[in-house]
Amino acid sequence: MSSQGVGARVLRKEDDRFLRGRGQFVADIRLAGMHDVAFVRSPLAHARITAIVVPDALQDRVWTVDHLAAVQPIRSVSGLPGFRVSEQPILAQGKVRHVGETVAMCVAPTRAQAEDIAAAVRLDLEELPTVHDMLLGRSDTTARVHEAWPDNVYLETSVNVDIGLVSDAPIKVTREIRTARQAMAPMEGRGVVAHWDGRLEQLVVYTSSQMPHIVRTGLAECLGLDEGQVRVVVPDVGGGFGYKGILLTEEVAVSWLAMRLGHPVRWIEDRREHLTAGANCREHHYVLTGYATRDGRLLGIDCEATVDSGAYSSYPFSACLEAAQVASILPGPYDFPAYRCLTHSVATNKCPILPYRGVARTGVCFALELVLDDLAHAAGIEPHELRMKSLVRPEQMPFDNITKKHFDSGDYPEALRQAVEAIDYRAIRERQARPEPDGRLIGVGISIYCEQAAHGTSVYAGWGIPMVPGYEQATARLTPDGGLELRIGAHSHGQSLETTLPQVANEILGIDVAKIKLVHGDTSCTPYSTGTWGSRCMVMSGGAVARACRTLATRLATIGAWILKTDADKVSVRDGMVIGPTGSVPIERIAHIWFRRPQDLPADVNPGGLEVTEGYKPERDSGTFGYGVHAALVAVDPETGYIEILDYVIVEDGGKLVNPMVVDGQIYGGTAQGIGTALYEEMAFDGSGQPLASTFSDYLLPGPTEVPEPRMFHMETKSPYTEFGVKGIGESGAIPPPAAIGNAVNDALRPLGAALYVTPITPRRVLQALAAVAQAGKVRESAPPATGSVQ
Amino acid sequence: MKPSRFDYERPADLATVIRLLQREDINVKIVAGSQSLGPMLNMRLVQPDLLVDITGIAALKRVEVDADALVIGACVTHADIEDMRVPDVTGGAMAKVARGIAYRAVRSRGTVGGSLAHADPSADWISCLAALGAQVLIAGPDGRREMPVGDFMTGVFESALGPAEVLEAVRVPRLSGRARWGFHKLCRKTGELAQAIGVVLHDPERAVCRLVIGATEARPIVVGDAHSLFGNGRQLDVEAAHKLLVDAGHADALDNQLHIAALKRAAASAEQP
Repeated sequence: MSSQGVGARVLRKEDDRFLRGRGQFVADIRLAGMHDVAFVRSPLAHARITAIVVPDALQDRVWTVDHLAAVQPIRSVSGLPGFRVSEQPILAQGKVRHVGETVAMCVAPTRAQAEDIAAAVRLDLEELPTVHDMLLGRSDTTARVHEAWPDNVYLETSVNVDIGLVSDAPIKVTREIRTARQAMAPMEGRGVVAHWDGRLEQLVVYTSSQMPHIVRTGLAECLGLDEGQVRVVVPDVGGGFGYKGILLTEEVAVSWLAMRLGHPVRWIEDRREHLTAGANCREHHYVLTGYATRDGRLLGIDCEATVDSGAYSSYPFSACLEAAQVASILPGPYDFPAYRCLTHSVATNKCPILPYRGVARTGVCFALELVLDDLAHAAGIEPHELRMKSLVRPEQMPFDNITKKHFDSGDYPEALRQAVEAIDYRAIRERQARPEPDGRLIGVGISIYCEQAAHGTSVYAGWGIPMVPGYEQATARLTPDGGLELRIGAHSHGQSLETTLPQVANEILGIDVAKIKLVHGDTSCTPYSTGTWGSRCMVMSGGAVARACRTLATRLATIGAWILKTDADKVSVRDGMVIGPTGSVPIERIAHIWFRRPQDLPADVNPGGLEVTEGYKPERDSGTFGYGVHAALVAVDPETGYIEILDYVIVEDGGKLVNPMVVDGQIYGGTAQGIGTALYEEMAFDGSGQPLASTFSDYLLPGPTEVPEPRMFHMETKSPYTEFGVKGIGESGAIPPPAAIGNAVNDALRPLGAALYVTPITPRRVLQALAAVAQAGKVRESAPPATGSVQ
Repeated sequence: MKPSRFDYERPADLATVIRLLQREDINVKIVAGSQSLGPMLNMRLVQPDLLVDITGIAALKRVEVDADALVIGACVTHADIEDMRVPDVTGGAMAKVARGIAYRAVRSRGTVGGSLAHADPSADWISCLAALGAQVLIAGPDGRREMPVGDFMTGVFESALGPAEVLEAVRVPRLSGRARWGFHKLCRKTGELAQAIGVVLHDPERAVCRLVIGATEARPIVVGDAHSLFGNGRQLDVEAAHKLLVDAGHADALDNQLHIAALKRAAASAEQP
């Protein structure tokens, strides 16, 4: 390892501009003559539009679906059998299907004026019965989100592996579990600036996105343009998390308007729009049964999972990505013989669901790990003892699990041992034997996950959604002064790729990281890519950069050997030089010769020169499996329901870590979001489908004082299939916190007989659970004892 | 989230403010620190024609202290109190409350007068100053008047201020050296508005025993003479406190549980010598 190569703790290059406030986000872009757009959005969850009344004086400032006749709706179809197709109109047509749906577009020189116009547009709506709850929507078909459908179900899937074998298992625990709908709440919302470049005959769209190339494809499809007529530029992005892995109706609408008006227009999402029109993730419901032997070995899992998929199938991931993944990843890191999972993706009058950091994994981890704790309790053993009996063992690796997921490498039991020791289970159990001086109850919880990341063609081809990742490409090209440019089609917005991909290049070429520049976020000068999602960038773009740099190294070696008057197979490239048996030549000099003194090149030089594009896929593209264990110690105040995290331990194995400091940062950030899921974040809806939070005083995010500094421990088990043995870790931190904290809260409440199976675990829900126990106790006192098993 | 159009004035004297408030042809709103009003303007929850900024009036930033009381102008900020730029007559109680208000950025701009006039039941000063027995000084077209903070808030976002009146200052009585004070608020996260506030003041030398249950869904419950709630030594009579909530129309058992918990904790910290 060089001091800046793979494994080095290089300071983030991008922080220089971010910490000085010099980042450039979409809202920082000013184009001459640019106007602002404000959308008229639906105030109702489900209604027929009887009229959109625009005052005469504003007719040329307001645009509705009638103007957009030539624009295609967004279609995101899954190839899974039985999938029901929905079309998402760019501006509502005939009917609105969720609060916040875009209905009309108002344009003015400033946003305030555009909002004045929006306020003057009158919507005449005839309210329809709403599907505000996924379970009701599943069973009751009188209210239908899409009238052409017989019911409200996008898709049902089922998998069954020998579930009949476990019906007589000695221990059986069934729980109903719910996770709240959340808003992803990146610091920067969405935003788009569009203009038509008359010289190039090209639509130029600046947008806050994770996937510029996918947005380009989607825009071209909706607007009927050749892809060559669309250029998508993604500048700095203040957090994606899945929220920006989508084609927006607003992107299509504003692009169309820029073409129509001939001057630049923009729309910048505000926080109220984000909360009310963009709360689009995590809402799951489970009925989950775990089966175990008397001594606590896991025998089987039987699950019926429902996902609230919202009103439309979002592009490109579709309405079913969450539910489809639930079925395939629910078994977690465990080895057991029987499994059944039914899933329902239900259409509701809420905004379309999107995969949020941890995509389905956070929900299934919560559901499974809570049930495992109750199984352990029924077996009379510690939760970690139960898990230890059923974790996939290191000698089984690589391991194909019950849903045919291929775990590439790892030592899951060792990670668990380390976490149990670090949180100090024994000391906590001793402490629990005595009352706390402040009257609170303490509890410890653990959760384990493995995260399929960077899964590629073989996984996505089966789902048949608009996007299937193939070979990831990267371009490496030297500049005439010996600097290096790396070009990738994915986008870095917190992943630190401006630092870590140069580290990969440095590992191979030895060029100083300061002289390596990452070019990304512009379809006009980067290779096609499905973008940044699925914790894939270090595996995929990192692999592609490594490939491209190796090819570049070969070309440098050929020229260098000629300069050194030796054979190419006698030289090596390292430390920024081509080094031969008797001398060396710096890469700068070779670059200078190629670009500025070609007369000095050998006659048989590769005319491709010092610019290389290479493609990459891991040897197996079924994904890497990072994994980890989170352990939480909490104190619950039974008088107020308030919860404090007293200690938090993370043991994480992300394979080879390219920059351990960056990995720590990713895990901290993800864990903070996981704590939000566990304790704070919830977009509630009333019975008419109205979202009940429109500001951050009602939608609570954890802040610095709510997120403890976790104690973090790393293992590094390389993936056998990837460059350097790296694994994707970007989402990992967000997966296990709700389960670890939920188990800790239930451990604390166990002496009182209360337990919670819902996120977020709010003070009120804790008090409700305690009140329910107290109420049941009163009933018991006045009635004969109930009979029944511990189950 | 941009405000609708409004005009803006920043007069240098209170008389002009009162004159502007008397205009009947337009909707006039006073702004000081803008920490509550600003977001409400942006969300168009309020759409005034004219915004009158009172932070240019030197008299509203005055601080006077004598043997009996402290008078602080309406535009004194939370941070002024937190940082002890304002003399203390409460044994440090006000600085401690100030330190727990929202976030530092809010405290640097937000004002005591603005917080009271906004009349959000979840805010800190309305409960704290009521418990301290403070008076609000009000200026209007007919001259000046004053009233106890405990009577000032009439409902959620509603106060006793007349249409052309301005909250000018607050007078806080000096606590005796042996006064004991407890303030406890429950909020889901640092900086958020409170779910429950309990305040207890025992000042035997001045024969004061006052109690406030705040951050309810209505005006705070202020018990000016709470001696009867502390019958048994200094122990709070929880059932009597609960009855106060129920009598005030607060029916949600879990909310009431939080209010009682906050009050018990305030009472417990007021017991500390």
